[in-house]
Amino acid sequence: MTSFAVIQFPGSCDDRDAVAGSGRVGDARLLWHEDTDLSGIDAVIVPGGFSYGDYLRAGAIARFSPLMGAVAEFAATGGPVLGICNGFQVLCEAGLLPGALLPNAGLRFVCRQVEVAVESTETPFTQACEPNQRLSVPVKHTTGRYFAPDRDLDRLEGAGQVVFRYADGHNPNGSVRDIAGVCNQRRNVVGLMPHPEHAVDRLTGSVDGLQLFASVA
Amino acid sequence: MLIRPKEGILDPQGKAVERALPALGFDGVSHVRIGRLVELEADSSDDLRGMCEKLLANPLIEDYEIEEIEEGGDPGSRSGGDGGQ
Repeated sequence: MTSFAVIQFPGSCDDRDAVAGSGRVGDARLLWHEDTDLSGIDAVIVPGGFSYGDYLRAGAIARFSPLMGAVAEFAATGGPVLGICNGFQVLCEAGLLPGALLPNAGLRFVCRQVEVAVESTETPFTQACEPNQRLSVPVKHTTGRYFAPDRDLDRLEGAGQVVFRYADGHNPNGSVRDIAGVCNQRRNVVGLMPHPEHAVDRLTGSVDGLQLFASVA
Repeated sequence: MLIRPKEGILDPQGKAVERALPALGFDGVSHVRIGRLVELEADSSDDLRGMCEKLLANPLIEDYEIEEIEEGGDPGSRSGGDGGQ
């Protein structure tokens, strides 16, 4: 059974949903950010929330947590790492993913269900999806506008590192080229702004998010 | 350290202020950029640029400038930084 570790920073708030979501397909546990031991862990989830109060820039402080050093080593050996929302911001700030997340173009917190297309199934978290499959998942963030310089974007697109794209009319934050999620060059680190862990039960409208966890399980 | 969004990156805060100023009668204002100011006391100025590059600014999206002010003195040397790009 796949062992998921969900990192808990001061200010994380989606950590328990990430445990509940990944726990449906594997064994999931919380790891406090001061831990440094990832032995026996098959996949790491950096969850959403407001780590360190989003001080300075979202994700800027959390990346210095002791556990993030272990996560970088885990990623360097090919271990699958998924960053969701604030986790995506943390992974970008840590340099584990390309690009940056800027304040939403509309300057408002957005909380709504969106549709995203799976642009690449060649990652550990999307391999169970169909190419171009649409997933219905919620977003809830203030700092979700994906940005990278044009030359970097061309390179990312060319290498198939754009993993998720907002469907037409669903871009909630002004992200460049409708990008909702990307992966690193090695394809084992994936980050996205939408919340798959909030879309794992019919009760809340969609179970599409489950596919990301099932992919790696 | 004076940190602001890079030229060419949409700064919605700046845009909102740019629209608000004429409404108050302040005409002729353009290119409003809103950043942040980090003030600190340091024993040496050697590491200031490193601090900006590694933590205080994100060089991908932000430019920074460093202004050194001697203790009890006026603003001293101003060393520009363009975020390393």
